[in-house]
This record gives sequence, structure tokens and C-alpha cells, in this order.
Amino acid sequence: MTGTWQLVRLALRRDRVMLPAWIAIFAISAASSASTAAGLYPSLPSRIEAAQASNNTPALVALYGLVYDPSSIGALAVLKLTGLGAALVGILAITVVVRHTRAEEETGRLELLGATVLGRYAGLTAALLLAVAGNAVIGVSTALGMTGAGMPVAGSVAFGAGWAGVGLAFGTVAAATAQLATGARAASGFAMATLGAAYLLRAAGDASSAHWLSWLSPVGWAQQLHPYAHERWWVAALFPAFVLVTATAAYALAGRRDLGAGLLPDRPGPAHASRALSGPYGLAWRLQRASFLGWAASFAVLGGVLGGVVSSADRLLDSEQAREAINRLGGGQPDLINAFLAADLSIAGVVAAAFGVQATLRLRAEETGQRAEPVLATATGRLRWTASHLVVALAGTAALMMVAGVAAGLSLGAAQHDLSRFGGVLAAAAVQLPAAWVLVGVALLAFGLVPRASVAGWVALVIVMVVGEFGTLLGLSQWVLDISPYAHLPRLPGGAVSVPPLALLLAIAAALLAAGLTAFRRRDLTT
Amino acid sequence: MTESGTAIEVAGLVKAFGRTRALDGLDLSVDVGEVHGFLGPNGAGKSTTIRILLGLLRSDGGTARLLGGDPWRDAAQLHRRLAYVPGDVALWPNLTGGEVIDLLGRLRGGLNARRRAELLERFELDPTKKGRAYSKGNRQKVALVAALASDVELLILDEPTSGLDPLMEEAFRECITAERSSGRTVLLSSHILSEVEALCDRVSIIRDGRTVESGSLPELRHLTRTSIDAELSRPADGIGALPGVHGFTEEGGRVRFQVDSDRLDAVLAALAGAGVRSLTSQPPTLEELFLRHYARAEQ
Repeated sequence: MTGTWQLVRLALRRDRVMLPAWIAIFAISAASSASTAAGLYPSLPSRIEAAQASNNTPALVALYGLVYDPSSIGALAVLKLTGLGAALVGILAITVVVRHTRAEEETGRLELLGATVLGRYAGLTAALLLAVAGNAVIGVSTALGMTGAGMPVAGSVAFGAGWAGVGLAFGTVAAATAQLATGARAASGFAMATLGAAYLLRAAGDASSAHWLSWLSPVGWAQQLHPYAHERWWVAALFPAFVLVTATAAYALAGRRDLGAGLLPDRPGPAHASRALSGPYGLAWRLQRASFLGWAASFAVLGGVLGGVVSSADRLLDSEQAREAINRLGGGQPDLINAFLAADLSIAGVVAAAFGVQATLRLRAEETGQRAEPVLATATGRLRWTASHLVVALAGTAALMMVAGVAAGLSLGAAQHDLSRFGGVLAAAAVQLPAAWVLVGVALLAFGLVPRASVAGWVALVIVMVVGEFGTLLGLSQWVLDISPYAHLPRLPGGAVSVPPLALLLAIAAALLAAGLTAFRRRDLTT
Repeated sequence: MTESGTAIEVAGLVKAFGRTRALDGLDLSVDVGEVHGFLGPNGAGKSTTIRILLGLLRSDGGTARLLGGDPWRDAAQLHRRLAYVPGDVALWPNLTGGEVIDLLGRLRGGLNARRRAELLERFELDPTKKGRAYSKGNRQKVALVAALASDVELLILDEPTSGLDPLMEEAFRECITAERSSGRTVLLSSHILSEVEALCDRVSIIRDGRTVESGSLPELRHLTRTSIDAELSRPADGIGALPGVHGFTEEGGRVRFQVDSDRLDAVLAALAGAGVRSLTSQPPTLEELFLRHYARAEQ
């Protein structure tokens, strides 16, 4: 364990921006969601009605869970956050733990440190300590935020404890998978798959009569704590027990392997490249394929659930306040189903842009990883190399929106036994693309012009997200709201389509892309 | 082949990163068909020069011609005719070595399948392993096989043997010797002097972004000094003051010094005049020349 403390300090130094930023985002979104709910459901009958409608919609129960006390505003407010939010905290914990364990080994940096006075378990211990501390801070700051938003103290503590517990649970799962896999991506992949399985278990348990399934899942435990619904404190004891077992397993695995090696051997691959892997486009697709397929699967599930939820939208949210809130979020039309679809597909459009930004910034990752150099030293020009990843970004966002649109249209059609809305849903999904491509353009311009500040692509995405989701609720003035390209899209399905704003967005996206390409062709390769 | 017979022609090359001048008027000339050694201490600007020649960096001044073209403007066309092995090879973690070799070959415009198989055997490289599973030396072998199996005119190698074991180094030398006899041009940046002496027709030594020596190995040997250790029967009057004599010490009839190779004749005559009882002389080595230049860089 020698040297653990130095490694913790090194990790804190490396994550000094990322970690506090994420913790703040989690705490603020929980608190803002709590204060929004109070405005959405002002009266007791409106709460009971919404809670019952939600509990009676299997798609919603599977996605979010159950409202355990229909009269409690807190229980209704945290419906979406308890399970889904906890899973997001879990993703953050997995990312942080793998980043400081297997990723360090894969790059060989740990070897550099390992040759100094550093115990065999120091890296693992440091990452676990970081996970404990980070999740504790998330739990405490979330509980404080919820209390500050006017929620009862006991429920807020239970809610924060649930988030921290799930985060720490999957942080330790990641510590174990980091011992198994040799690659950082594979280690995260195993841990994320475990998280996904845990989420599906509780979805099956909540939505079916086999409630015991939910008890097999740490995500389920966060919900079984019943925050704001007569808290069941003893459930919280399940988290330390799980963490203890998983961490012990991680240490046992770490003791049985060499530095850099994994317990699961790397299987040999093909000795020759397939015909698909012969040009820059084949390479870009190969590098981004796994990530794209993962995104596509999530978009299919998202679209399917969305279609199922929307079909019962009239029952679910038929109150004046809810209607108004949906309209403010981007619906803006009398037909509640259309309003709901427009609002949710707009959110899907922003999320699809996240894939676009990620795929674009792969260029920067290849450049700093010194893998761009050998490719650019071949007959591949800079334009073709950039275009290869850009095509994945642009076509990938389009494909994701089509997947979401088709899935939503089909599941809505199945629920209503009527496919008449299918075309409208598909058009509503497609109309998001010009705005998503503008964000891809911003990311490429940042990469071309100021490569060290490529993160500007993500910053632009977060700004658009905050302005779009919370802008009207925060009462921001119109010109601030107009920053978001999504504010200029027609409200489909149902709304009128006007071509000029779409054409303008496409022109802006094209101009940004052209500027980014030109800038990259003129600059030095940097690391 | 270029008409001028020059594969690389660099004159007065300047490159600044912020306030540091990485290259400060560097000259380099590589003839078609020769193996050219490119030497210099760490940070002298070897890799920067190579990156400019590959169009990865843009020069701030001076001229650079590569295979008769402009390395920045004509990068993609020129790269069909050359292969490059970087000093620090990074591979895609989830692609196998064999896939990378084929990919890089195809990106360059073709790969000789028979040569690929020969080279894999010669370097004892397993092409089915994933990129993340290779050691530094094996990553280097992947890049070497990809480069050597391509049908190109020019090989640009940036410290290609820094991770190889002695056996593999030997295999590398045999390959380069074969490349030279088949008429390929090689720019070899290296730190290993025996390798340079064994392989290179001409060398350029750079320091602080400038070329300090350039020429064929015999020419450079001419610049080096022979070490003399002699016992004399009479006092060595005036030998220490002769032109070209360095580091002269005398101790009880025994003298030690170095002498510039072009002054050797006169100095030996003076020694003979003082009655030589015994004489050992160490032939000039390039190592000594390099150390002289490298040491100056550190001051």
C-alpha cells in the first residue's frame, strides 16, 4: 500500500476540474428537478393523479420505477432521479475508477510509478479511496441541495445515500473488472454491462410481479430506500456489504496477476486486415463501430420507451401546469401527444449531438495518441483523414435519430394500434439533424483552430443543453435562448415547417465544418 | 527517381515552437540511393526535421524539397513514394499487428505479400496479437515490417532500433543493407554509433537545430583525432606545442596526447626525432567525434 496517498493526490490533481464539475452538475440537476416538481404538481389531487398514472404505465415503471407514496411531492419529484440518476452516478464512478487503474496501466504510466516506492495494491487502493470520497461528496452535496430546494431532510439524506451507494457499488465493480480485462475500454465495458444488467433487473422487478428481482440490483436498493416515502433505512446497509465483497474480490484478483496483464487473456485476432479495413474510412468506422453500436442500441430502447410513454400522455399529464411545462420545454401545441413527442425528440436530438461531438473529437484523441501521425505519413491527405471521422459523426447522428424515430413511431403505433403518426415521428426525429450538425461543426472548428481547447465542443453542447432544458424555467431572456440551434427548429410533429431556419442552420454547419477543415490543413500536428 | 539525384534537400530550415527555436538554419542533403545517418543529441531537432519532411509540421523558414516536391503542399502524393517509422510507435489497442501492417501498406498504396511474410518471420513477430499487448520493441517491429514490405523509394526511420534486442538489431541491419543494394534511399536517425558506422554512406550531425558536420564516413574520420601513447629516450621538446596536438601530458619520458588526423605525419616525425622506444596509437573513432559534439551541446 506504500505510496497510496501520493497516488490519491496525483489523481485529484488530474481530475481537479472534471470531478468537481460533474459533482456540481449532479447536485444542481437534482435540486432543480425538485424545485420544478413543486410547481408542476401544486395540489394533492394533481400529485395523486400523476403518481397513479405513472404507476399504471408499465413502460414508465420499467424506465423510472414506482412512486411509493403518491401523496408525497418528494417521491414524485425524484421518480426519474432515484434510479436513472443513480445509474448516471454509477457511470461516472466507473469512468473515474478505470481511468485511474487499468487506463494507467495500459498507457504504461503506472509502470513508471510502479518502479518507484509503490506497493502492489497502491493503485487499486488509491482509485477506491477516490471513489469513496467522490461518491460521499456527491451524496452529501445532493442531500444538501435537495434540502435547500425545500424537500424534507430525512428523504433528502436517503436520496443522497442511494446515489452515493450506487456510485460506490459500481466504482468497486469497475475496480474488479479492471483486474480482469487488459484494455481500459474492455474494463469499462464489463462494468457498464454489469450496471446495465442491474438496471434491467430492477426494471423487470418493478414492472412485473416478480418484485424480488429488484432486490438483486444495487440500483433497486436506492429505490427500495423509499426516499420521501417513509424511508427504510436498513436497506442502506446493503451497499457497504456489496462494496466490501466486491472490493475484496478486486484485491484478490489484483494479487493473482502481473502488472499490465489481465486475468482474461487477450484473444488472438486476425493476422491479416479484412478488405473493409483498407482506407481511412474503413479505419474510422472500425475505431468507432463499437461505440456507435452501443449508442444505437440505447437510442432504440429510448425510442421504444418514449413511444410507449407518449401513448398514455393524455392520462399522465393532463393538468394545466403539466401542459404548460411540456409546452415550455419545446412542445408548444394543443395536441398533448404531439407536444410530448416534440419535447422528447428535441432532447434526443441534443443527446445524438453528444455522439457527434464524441466522434468528431476522436480526431483529437488520435492526434494526441500519436496514431494520426503514421496515417498522415501515408498517401492519406489531411482532408481525407478528417473527413473519415467526420462522416462517422454526421452520418452517425443521422442514423441515431432515425433509430430513435423508427423505434418511437413503431412502439407508439403498437400501443395505439394505429401507425398514422409514424411518418410524423420520423420527420420530427430528422428535423433535429441540422442543429446537431451545427454542434459537430463547433467541435471540428475547435479541433482545427485551437486543438488544445478541443473540449470547446463539449462546452458548446452543455451550454445548449442547459439553455434548452432549463432556459425558460430559469427565466432567461429570449436572445440567450436563441443561442441554441435547437430553438430555431420547427416544432414537429404537428407544427408548421418553415424552410429558411433549417437552411440557415445547414449553412452554418457547413461553414463551421469548412472553417474547421481549412484550419486543420494549415496547422502543425501537436500532442 | 528524381532528376537531380537528390532525394532530400534541406537548406536553412527554421522552426520555432513559441519562444524556443527547435531548428535554426538546418541543412541536410541526401542523395538518391544512399543510406544517410542523421545524428544528434536528444532535443537537437532530428524528429522535428523529419516531421517537417513528412508535412506534419510547417517550417517557419528555409527550404525543404523531398523527392523533387514540396513536403507540405504535395504531402499525400509524396507519401506514396516513402515509408516512415516513428521513434515512438503507437498502435490502435484493438487492432492486431497484422491488421495494422496491412492497413498502413494499403494506405501507402500497396504491400508486397511475400516480403511481408519474410519480414514477419525474420523479426519473429506474431501478427495476431492486439496492439495493446505488444511490448515497445514489438510495436516497433510492426511499424518496421509495414515500412519495409512497402515498395517505396525512400525510407525515413526515426531511431528505429531503440526498442529492439541485439538479435533483432542484427536482422534490421541485414534488411537495410539489402535495401541499399536494391537502390532505395534511407534516412536513418539513430543514436547507435556502431549501427551508423555499419550502415551509413554519409552522415549529418546536428546540434541545437543546426548542422555541425556532414560528409562521408572517411571524410568525418579525417576530422577525428588519433590517440598516441609513446615512451621516448630523449625529452619531448616542443611536441606539445606542435599544431594539431591536444591534451599533451608528459611523465617520466612517457607522453600522451591526441593529434588531428591531418597533422599526424609531422607529429610522428617529431616523435621519431626524440627516439621512440614504444608506441601505441588508437585509431580515430566516430564515437570520439560525436562525443565532442554532444559534450559541447551540454555546456
